[in-house]
Amino acid sequence: MIRVVIPHHLRTLAGVSQEVEIYIDGLVTQGAILDALESKYPMLRGTIRDQITKERRPFIRFFACGEDMSLESPDIPLPSAVVIGAEPFRIVGAMAGG
Amino acid sequence: MSGVRVLVGTHKGAFILTSDERRKDWQVSGPHFAGWEVYHMHGSPVDPNRLYASQSTGWFGQVIQRSNDGGQTWEPVGNKFAYDGVPGTHLWYDGTQHPWEFKRVWRLEPSLTDPDTVYAGVEDAALFRSTDGGQNWQELPGLREAKGHLWQPGAGGMCLHTIIQDPSNAQRIYVAISAAGAFRTDNGGQTWLPINQGLNSGEIPVTGAEVGHCVHNIAMHPSRPNVLFMQKHWDVMRSDNSGDSWNEVSGNLPSDFGFPIAVHAHEPNTIYVVPIKSDSEHFPPDGKLRVYRSRTGGNEWEALTKGLPQSDCYVNILRSALAVDSLDSCGIYFGTTGGQVYASSDSGGSWMPIVSNLPAVLSVEVQTLP
Repeated sequence: MIRVVIPHHLRTLAGVSQEVEIYIDGLVTQGAILDALESKYPMLRGTIRDQITKERRPFIRFFACGEDMSLESPDIPLPSAVVIGAEPFRIVGAMAGG
Repeated sequence: MSGVRVLVGTHKGAFILTSDERRKDWQVSGPHFAGWEVYHMHGSPVDPNRLYASQSTGWFGQVIQRSNDGGQTWEPVGNKFAYDGVPGTHLWYDGTQHPWEFKRVWRLEPSLTDPDTVYAGVEDAALFRSTDGGQNWQELPGLREAKGHLWQPGAGGMCLHTIIQDPSNAQRIYVAISAAGAFRTDNGGQTWLPINQGLNSGEIPVTGAEVGHCVHNIAMHPSRPNVLFMQKHWDVMRSDNSGDSWNEVSGNLPSDFGFPIAVHAHEPNTIYVVPIKSDSEHFPPDGKLRVYRSRTGGNEWEALTKGLPQSDCYVNILRSALAVDSLDSCGIYFGTTGGQVYASSDSGGSWMPIVSNLPAVLSVEVQTLP
């Protein structure tokens, strides 16, 4: 089980509480997490990454185990603490006011 | 008992205001989609309980919501707006070419005949259509072939903000884009014709520019689909030949700059604008909020002020924030960037605020309910 924290606006859109749980068979990467998240919550498609290019939206950041993973390749394995659910994968809206 | 439902899109969510036909006592529902910008909400003319809403933010992009119960409950539907083919480039502010990039949906226009068919006007400017209740969207790419490389963004972006379907001809649709101009299709959206002859814009000081004009809004009365009224960046214009040519009807307006324009529900020659001071100030002249009405289809205008603030008022009324109902005594509604929604139940003779403290109002639509 993998824990994912998503921003307030997206929790409202998906109708979920602070953390969501997803399951992934195989390598746990940013891309795999987003695939599983969008499969479980289709209304999130396009809100975190572009639906066509799969590029991260400009005002979205990814964090894991206290590290900024935003600029990492979506295909590299994530830390084991995320894989076993000890730490959440955090999807964060950029601190840009509004 | 008949009534009205006012759909209000704001900078921080959507609100639904309802009343019976007397339009004195109002119920307020919302905020829906709190924290998101709601550029537009609109209901199906053939199924008033079918509503569509455009919600977006710069953070999380575009979401389309659909309701089947008049806005009591909503469900997200499709939000994949992919331009057909390689979208190419358009004119940028500095005169260079700039790639076409999808940003948001400005306008949702349900079909006149089918609640599952709905058009979306988007930024960067293009027209999309869904025939399955908003689940899937396909671009009508012929529009961008109408000299799209010469279109340019206005201050609000390069947005397709107006979609008008001709009730007498299912193949004819009008759209307007800032800053590209007005366009018409006579074959259901396959090909489009720029219809900007007679428009003059100081920002493009060339003679007879076919596109590039900052058209802010267009209105039509369904009984007279060949007559169009336009509020341009500057100038109020009228066409009596389906947009083939335009004549200025600004007349005695205190400012011919403004954003919205609307036609009375029962008087095809009675039109409404809200003059705004410009360039760049974008608030009412002299701090007086005045709707102007012409009963002659333009040129001769009267100020409508009863119930509206006549001092120290510095709000704006955006292009989609003026609408009419079709009750026997026609109601007129508009929203302001100060968060007020004003209503008149007597064709503009007197006004009262329905609500006064909403977030900045982006759009107002009205449904007349049986």
